[in-house]
Amino acid sequence: MEAHQAQAQLVPGDRELPPVQQISIAVLALIVIGGIYTASHLPRHVPQGPTIALLIAAVLLLAANGVLLSRIEQFNWRVFRQVAGWVLLAYAVIAGMLEYVFIYDHTRGTQLLILTLMLAVFAVNIPLLLGFSVARFQAPDASS
Amino acid sequence: MASIAEPVQVQAPPAARAQPLRDFQIVPLAGLPIVAVVIVGMIVAIATNSLWALDFYHIVGGGLWTGIDLFLGLVLGPIMGSMSIPARVEFSTRLMPKMLLIMPTLVTMTLGAGFQLARSLGNLSANSPQHSWLVASYIVVGVMATIAIGLLEPANIAVLFELRKPQPNGARIERLMKVFIYTAGITGLMQVATLVIMTHIAAG
Repeated sequence: MEAHQAQAQLVPGDRELPPVQQISIAVLALIVIGGIYTASHLPRHVPQGPTIALLIAAVLLLAANGVLLSRIEQFNWRVFRQVAGWVLLAYAVIAGMLEYVFIYDHTRGTQLLILTLMLAVFAVNIPLLLGFSVARFQAPDASS
Repeated sequence: MASIAEPVQVQAPPAARAQPLRDFQIVPLAGLPIVAVVIVGMIVAIATNSLWALDFYHIVGGGLWTGIDLFLGLVLGPIMGSMSIPARVEFSTRLMPKMLLIMPTLVTMTLGAGFQLARSLGNLSANSPQHSWLVASYIVVGVMATIAIGLLEPANIAVLFELRKPQPNGARIERLMKVFIYTAGITGLMQVATLVIMTHIAAG
């Protein structure tokens, strides 16, 4: 019954897919919370327990999202790679700029490592999100 | 990797088949040099720690970001809602590629320069009387960023790809445009909170 109701809310031509977009938003939220927590402590020492916990949760969700995505049948992987590739390039530049600011502001050691890993998760998660958001509405390609 | 900036032929949806075919680029290439100049200028501002340049980038970027968000959500949104679907498609085809360049650039300008400005002025320090206001601004910006990247931007790009199809799905475009306009409106309203916080910080 619930599945029938969910199907009824879809636009004609759309189909139900795993919650990749929702999980990506959750990953993004975890990274943003970690960023806010860190920024609220700077330039003093930042207690690392909460940021490490947030980072681990984000990595696990990102990995789960990758598995869910890879299991989708009848998907337009060509469009996914096209969008995700260009978005990855754009976000690599943005993440690189943020990394530059961290180093410029004398962030060092474990703190720099945690922030770099958070940036890496961010820079991988957004291309996955945008690639999926576009490819889901395309006709499946021949390879799928 | 194929280019997403290549010109494509777009045919209007069934309701608008009388409309002529149009060429459009998902990423307007002509705008990229402007974006590059803005970003390089911001890097120079941060590297030189020029208070004026950081102030300029933060205030100009923030003002435009807030203004465009409010205008999109509260003025253009209701107008678009009352337009016919072919007119909406026509309008979206021209508006959305520009938004794809303008908004991320303004957000990068505002946040990058803002953080460095706060650092230069000593507002980042926990001892600063402005610290709690700054943390409040981080939270507002964090929520806005999550909404913008998680919902607004995917809807924007999905609409552009839908418009490239020989026969775009009008209902899908309408639903995605609603997501775009509503999320722009929500972030616009949240920008009012940012305005309150920032003017409080500026007033000391």
